[in-house]
Amino acid sequence: MELMLSYMQGWPDWIQVTLINVVKIVVILIPLLLAVAYTTYAERKLIGYMQIRIGPNRVGPRGWLQPIADALKLLLKEAAIPTNANRYLFLVAPVISITAALAAWAVIPVSDTLLLTNIDAGLLYILALTSMGVYGVIIAGWASNSKYAFLGAMRSAAQIVAYEIAMGFALVGVLMAAGSLNLGEIVRGQQGSFLDWYVWPLFPLFLVYFISGVAETNRAPFDVAEGESEIVAGFHVEYSGMTFAVFFLAEYANIILISALTAILFLGGWHAPIDTPFTIVPPGLWFIGKAALVLFFFLWFRATFPRYRYDQIMRLGWKVFIPVTLVWIAVLGFFMFFTPLGHMFH
Amino acid sequence: MSFTQLAFYFFAAIMVFAAAMVITIRNPVKAALFLVLAFVSGACVWMTLEAEFLAIVLVLVYVGAVMVLFLFVVMMLDVNLTRLREGFGEYLPIGGLVALLMVVEMVIVLSADSFDQQNMPRPEPHGEDYSNTKELGRLLYTFYVYPFEIAALILLVAIIAAIALTLRKRPETKYQNPAEQVAVQREDRIRLVKMAAERRKDEQ
Repeated sequence: MELMLSYMQGWPDWIQVTLINVVKIVVILIPLLLAVAYTTYAERKLIGYMQIRIGPNRVGPRGWLQPIADALKLLLKEAAIPTNANRYLFLVAPVISITAALAAWAVIPVSDTLLLTNIDAGLLYILALTSMGVYGVIIAGWASNSKYAFLGAMRSAAQIVAYEIAMGFALVGVLMAAGSLNLGEIVRGQQGSFLDWYVWPLFPLFLVYFISGVAETNRAPFDVAEGESEIVAGFHVEYSGMTFAVFFLAEYANIILISALTAILFLGGWHAPIDTPFTIVPPGLWFIGKAALVLFFFLWFRATFPRYRYDQIMRLGWKVFIPVTLVWIAVLGFFMFFTPLGHMFH
Repeated sequence: MSFTQLAFYFFAAIMVFAAAMVITIRNPVKAALFLVLAFVSGACVWMTLEAEFLAIVLVLVYVGAVMVLFLFVVMMLDVNLTRLREGFGEYLPIGGLVALLMVVEMVIVLSADSFDQQNMPRPEPHGEDYSNTKELGRLLYTFYVYPFEIAALILLVAIIAAIALTLRKRPETKYQNPAEQVAVQREDRIRLVKMAAERRKDEQ
């Protein structure tokens, strides 16, 4: 970065700013895309072991090159567009999905100093972007001109609207505890040992947030939008080749995003759980480790739980999660302002 | 031209284009999608005004929730365009009158002196640590607390009314009782029957 700055001296300001930001974006995106690739590998391996089989083990040593082979295969396949499909919307849909999934990473603080932008309303920004991701699914389902895809899109729209409210209320709890919408400030509010993490005072909200996150990313057991056994593959049934790969990337980028957010909001972000011996490990690694732990749960869920029925999903979202969050926000407010326990949250 | 001006013209142009497409395009789903585009560009214009909270909330509420539900409904309806076009000439005078009235009203409000430099001075640009969100929250919960609470109450009444209007029990629908399902015991479902071993007939 220093080298770049000295090289660019004398150039107009806006060129410098743009170039530096492009470099930063690339520095964030390349590890992220690698993580996405190897999350698919980890998923297949882990679910394999959980089902007492080996999983992918042919390409490269112990199957380590499998994701690269998969990516190459998808690149070389033909991207078919169905007849009577809406061509532009059909191609725009995966782009919307991936844009929403990747743009949210702009405000994720990996450590105290390692982040692209430090905006004050970071939490709102993330909520807004994740809510835009649903358009990829809806447009894909509608533009495909296929009944299965359309059913998947409808299911996904209803599900995401239901769970976004619960998710938003869970974040209101975090916002009350931290007193800030800035993700960096939220992590700084959890400084100290692991007892200071928001997961303890906000435990019900933590559960609601995480389960809503699983539902928002359309993952098992909430994957009715795909529902292989009923509607083939749901919204992306007509997609092939690269366009399918982009949807796939977006799904996994979203999963990693939800894991990272859970680590930031509830598990203390880059802070080590206990002070002295554990601070040797750099803070960025603590953050990645926590996110990876949460990510493991996503994969574990898929191997463990059967798919929810549609009406059960709606019931859980509207009749269980929203009341739970509303009550806990009131309880939280009471504890913060009327009891001496208020210091727990700051 | 500064970068902010450039951004403003860029987003404003997209917004005007998208808004025009909303009312001219035939396909209702595409019209709804253009409305989404108009909202997003509107949010970007607000962002250049340092109203980042309002901009993000516009995206969050209108794009993320309201328009999703809108699309949901529009996609489900099979809008028949030929039938819609039949009444066009019949409604044209009334529609034109309403449009004209709206234009006159907007001209009166927007082009009056209330928006000139003296009454509406250019807002002071704020520093980097200025939080628009905090400022808005403080105003809403102190100075405007009664209007805010009354608006909230009206919305609550509207929600309850909407739910009460659509909620109906149909006798043919099967409902499941989760409490009963959770409380179910092994004895409710399985009956173990003890019986002595029997011999085949020919062995007796």
